[in-house]
Amino acid sequence: MSYKQFILVCGGTACESNKGIALFTALKNAVEAHGLVNDVQVVRTGCLGFCEKGPIVKILPQDTFYVEVKPEDAEVIVAEHIVKGRVVSRLLYDKSQSRTNVGIEGIDFYQKQFRIVLRNCGVIDPDKIDEYIARDGYKALEKVLFEMKPEEVTAEVLKSGIRGRGGAGFPTGKKWQFAAMQPAGQKYMVCNADEGDPGAYMDRSTLEGDPHSVLEAMAIAGYAIGANKGYIYIRAEYPLAIERLETAIAQATEYGLLGENILGSTFSFTIEIRLGAGAFVCGEETALLASIEGKRGMPSPRPPFPAVKGLWGRPTVINNVETLANIPVILLKGAEWFSKIGTHGSKGTKVFALTGKINNSGLIEVPMGTTLREIIFDIGGGIRGGKKFKAAQTGGPSGGIIPPQFLDVPIDYDNLAKIGSIMGSGGLIVMDEDDCIPDIAKFYLDFTVDESCGKCAPCRIGGRKLLNYLEKICKGTGTAADIENMKEISEAMCRASLCGLGQTASNPITSSLRYFYEEYKEHIEDKKCRAKKCKNLLSYTIVAAKCVGCTACARVCPVNAITGERKQPHAIDNAKCIKCGQCFEVCKFQAVTRA
Amino acid sequence: MAKLTLDTLRKLREEQQKTMVMRDPSNKDTQIIVGMGTCGIAAGAKDVFNAILEVLEAKNITHVLVTQTGCMGLCHSEPTVEVIVPGMPVVIYGNVKRDIAKQIVQEHVIEKKLLDNHICDKPAMDIIRK
Repeated sequence: MSYKQFILVCGGTACESNKGIALFTALKNAVEAHGLVNDVQVVRTGCLGFCEKGPIVKILPQDTFYVEVKPEDAEVIVAEHIVKGRVVSRLLYDKSQSRTNVGIEGIDFYQKQFRIVLRNCGVIDPDKIDEYIARDGYKALEKVLFEMKPEEVTAEVLKSGIRGRGGAGFPTGKKWQFAAMQPAGQKYMVCNADEGDPGAYMDRSTLEGDPHSVLEAMAIAGYAIGANKGYIYIRAEYPLAIERLETAIAQATEYGLLGENILGSTFSFTIEIRLGAGAFVCGEETALLASIEGKRGMPSPRPPFPAVKGLWGRPTVINNVETLANIPVILLKGAEWFSKIGTHGSKGTKVFALTGKINNSGLIEVPMGTTLREIIFDIGGGIRGGKKFKAAQTGGPSGGIIPPQFLDVPIDYDNLAKIGSIMGSGGLIVMDEDDCIPDIAKFYLDFTVDESCGKCAPCRIGGRKLLNYLEKICKGTGTAADIENMKEISEAMCRASLCGLGQTASNPITSSLRYFYEEYKEHIEDKKCRAKKCKNLLSYTIVAAKCVGCTACARVCPVNAITGERKQPHAIDNAKCIKCGQCFEVCKFQAVTRA
Repeated sequence: MAKLTLDTLRKLREEQQKTMVMRDPSNKDTQIIVGMGTCGIAAGAKDVFNAILEVLEAKNITHVLVTQTGCMGLCHSEPTVEVIVPGMPVVIYGNVKRDIAKQIVQEHVIEKKLLDNHICDKPAMDIIRK
């Protein structure tokens, strides 16, 4: 017995509430009624994303995708699609509602996701160079070495419009051009794999899933700028990525795709790995170079830029992992192809690590210009537990907090800057109504204060001061003057800090003050935290009418603040209460209230 | 392996492309691919990988190739396992534990039916826009 067709029914929680189970049963019954139980299998799947249009039904092997399917539609799907082979067009996804703002012309666009960087990730075995080669690996290097002059390579990258994916978004081609323009001699190509934003793991996954794409790109960049030596700076906290890189470098060297006279050409290029100790500041390029040189990882003033005076004083190009993973594709398919993807000022795709209060956390790649709504609700499957979306955070500790009114803004470098955030390296953290904005800002400041190298005063002292104010506000002892002081310090840090870490450290505060000022005000004036996160602003009470006197709360209370006889209403002594919330969690009768 | 020249690289690519399409190195027509990035391994992918090998060996099944790959991007449902059986749609299973891995071999590979409630498709890959 083997099935000929499969009906997949989305069984995600959002769809369950949308009668997913009833639909599953209806489809099973319909298949049975048509006597097809031996030919057609009906199965439930995990969430397929796109929950706003749920429940979703997918028919394999035809790959037909039906949306908003009701149990009543089961019969017609089986009778029409399965039996007669006719697509039920009224249930298809309405194409007119799909994106209109990405501007991809002449390219068949099959899904909201579009994989360039992650083209091999989750497809090939990263430990096998042959599989990479089979998927057009090292073909771009081949083309570059034998068909293009170095300046043509740089020109092509410049024309593609790709901007650095590490955060700042500097045009990659320009960087290469600066280094190429320097007089011939020892030059270096460095890959920045010091990914450090909390919640970001795009580069790790790329290196683990497709290490050769980065090696190939580094060799191409080396050829373009005239470097024969490359370094990958990666944090020691990524052991698997390091292991796979080492394997990949060994294999590429064995094949002669790295080393002396690559593929019989006159070009030679070798790559070494340098391990970082996990300091966030070493993601900053001048600090990174210092760390490779064996010095303490601290930034130095620019100019001179590394492209002029970098590693050991020699011209050096530093590119991020994701930027590099794009390069072979750009050279194979051409700058023109690449520049058709994305928006006017931001070409190509962006990989995001989608985390936080989201149903389908994951590693996604979307064309620039995709909206937050599409990422969060269509791909990410919406907010966990059906809660309300409150904000999204891009760019990690250097980024801003984006409120719901910008859900439909096409995401690219320029638009994110306009709304007070940054693209950053690609961490995208989703927050719901249970997240307290001053508390989130405090979390990020805590991180940057911890990671500040201490070299310059604005960052070292300013960051600490900002954190102190936020702690005060979250404790309920903040004043209106604190907000003004924070604004002033933020501006000073922004202008006077030596490197990007200090210059952007205040972004979470500045953007949240702009969009969530009300919440700060509530903390300061009303001593209230609407998300019920800030402990000191909460008070617990027991509603006598609901309390059955089960003593569960009294037993769990760590400071014996709850008293009361068995089977009699209990009470909390607020003077003793440390607001740990355990009584609230443990009460089965909703008698403990939190305000 | 000697160092490649332009010609030998091209030849190797062609050969490899053929094997990738046929997915048939040494008479293995079925493939089970386990997502083994840090995320997958942390969620137990190595255990799943071993469980699959064990059950294949116990049942003396030799036509299945088990390989690893990087992160499939479905972090909410790690460990993930992709199963490619000829004549059946390519399917990704999510939240795979040892027992589900064994079930995959029994039901999907041997009985040629999909496992109910464990499929985890790539999110929203199917929405066509031309």
